[in-house]
Amino acid sequence: MATKTLRVDYLTRVEGEGALELDIADGAVAGVRLAIFEPPRFFEALLRGRAGTEAPDITARICGICPVAYQMSAVHAIENAYGITLDAPLRALRRLLYCGEWIESHALHVVMLHAPDFLGFPDAISMAAAHGDVVRRGLALKKAGNSLLRLLGGREIHPINVRVGGFYRAPTPAELAPLAPVMAAAREDALALARFVAGFSFPSFSRDYEFVALRHPTDYPMNEGRVVSNRGLDIAVADYDSAFAEHHVAHSTALQSVLRARGNYCVGPLARFNLNFDRLSPTVQALAAELGIAQGCANPFQSIVVRALELVYACEEAERLIAGYEPPAAPAASVVPRAGVGVAATEAPRGLLYHRYELDAEGTILAARIVPPTSQNQATIEDDLRLIATRDLALAESELRDHCEQAIRNYDPCISCSTHFLRLEVRRR
Amino acid sequence: MSTRALVIGLGNPDRGDDAVGLIVARRIAALGIPGVAVREAGGDMLALLDHWAEAERVVLIDAAAPLTRPGRIHRLDPSFGPLPRDLALGSTHAFGLADAVELARTLGRLPAGMVIFAIEAARFDHGAALSAPVAQAAREAAAMIADALMEERADA
Repeated sequence: MATKTLRVDYLTRVEGEGALELDIADGAVAGVRLAIFEPPRFFEALLRGRAGTEAPDITARICGICPVAYQMSAVHAIENAYGITLDAPLRALRRLLYCGEWIESHALHVVMLHAPDFLGFPDAISMAAAHGDVVRRGLALKKAGNSLLRLLGGREIHPINVRVGGFYRAPTPAELAPLAPVMAAAREDALALARFVAGFSFPSFSRDYEFVALRHPTDYPMNEGRVVSNRGLDIAVADYDSAFAEHHVAHSTALQSVLRARGNYCVGPLARFNLNFDRLSPTVQALAAELGIAQGCANPFQSIVVRALELVYACEEAERLIAGYEPPAAPAASVVPRAGVGVAATEAPRGLLYHRYELDAEGTILAARIVPPTSQNQATIEDDLRLIATRDLALAESELRDHCEQAIRNYDPCISCSTHFLRLEVRRR
Repeated sequence: MSTRALVIGLGNPDRGDDAVGLIVARRIAALGIPGVAVREAGGDMLALLDHWAEAERVVLIDAAAPLTRPGRIHRLDPSFGPLPRDLALGSTHAFGLADAVELARTLGRLPAGMVIFAIEAARFDHGAALSAPVAQAAREAAAMIADALMEERADA
């Protein structure tokens, strides 16, 4: 019996440190493990004993790509515990900040990390020689997103201006106004990018996923909504733990999350898009129709198109929020700590991000739980890989490897922000 | 006054010798050399491309992986070619300094006068101060860069 081992030690274009192991025995895929071996970071433990008001700044440090997502879930969870409701101008500012993160994160992934897969380049640097205009567009979009983070968050990475109750400082209309033309130009870049990536050749692959995302009565979801799925799930965020469970698998230091009733599920842009198409703006809906995916999308390789559509939406939404900006009466509501439990889920660029805190009467955190999108998608990524590897088993190993890597990147996994390589090992027996 | 030269210190202030780029940049900023802007940068190396557009002359200071001797200062001119990979001028994210330089070169955005000071580190421990040889190198690099910038000013 022939045995082969294929190993890729440094796969770039994935955030975090992990490995993929494929076991192939007697010509069939016998096992798939998305192994996350990066040491646990103990954020939930180190939050214990800290003030609830510190949670947004501490958890922002979890990720350099999506710190706003961690801040937003944390701050809304603490506000939930303290019974704080934000007024409309503060809600709008929080949404505008999230638009900035979606823009910079999606631009990074669509152009710099994922597009090279479809255009046949090993990385964005090689791609830039042939597609300089696309890379320039991506960088311009990223810069536009960063400009929102810088103004509203105080700086581009790990923003420091969000506080329980609102913000430390709200921008003046005069400070916000120059960003309107920046967002208009970004929207044009995003439109061109969406049309460009929709022209890629996509592997024929789709699955009957259970998509899970937030759903809001009027808005495309970012900071608020119920947790819904395409198989009838429709719960308040407070009931998250009754519907979902995390469990440990031996090959991963990240917990895997499942629906208690039905198992694996999928969060992220595809889930948001499929569950909230009617909440997108008319122009983005029309663009989706033009690009042929208005009826829904269950091909994870086309997630790049959906991310590009969300880029257009986020730019447009930022323009709308800037145009309608009314400074809040105060940058923050008053905060009175009280004992209790606070929960929140928001839509990180990569999908649903759930936080839960237990606080004592002084506002000290007694327990914290954070369920990031990548751990929720982990088992679904393994399912995709099992199907793709089975389908492509007859291909040369380099092609099999490329397809598997690309399938992982469909999910823009943010395994962690501390290092960035993934080792792919194929064992043939 | 227009920016004649831009000095950018790279690194993480809380990871031992990784802070050396920031410390050198702060030393130069304290001198207040006319026409010289100083910035500090951390994880997002792609954002550097935007900063580089601000000046014709750019000086970058970063920590490098231990290779030969902690505190050794490498002066690199990217106009000669890609940065040496064995100095591991990386990032905690998808793109490191070497990638940013190559991307800028491909897009025609590499400043004409760019020089990179890569200082070999001894340790990257959480919360640690600079090691003694790297602290000494920080003083030397700051003096070297400041002298060059002031000399250029005199020539201008």
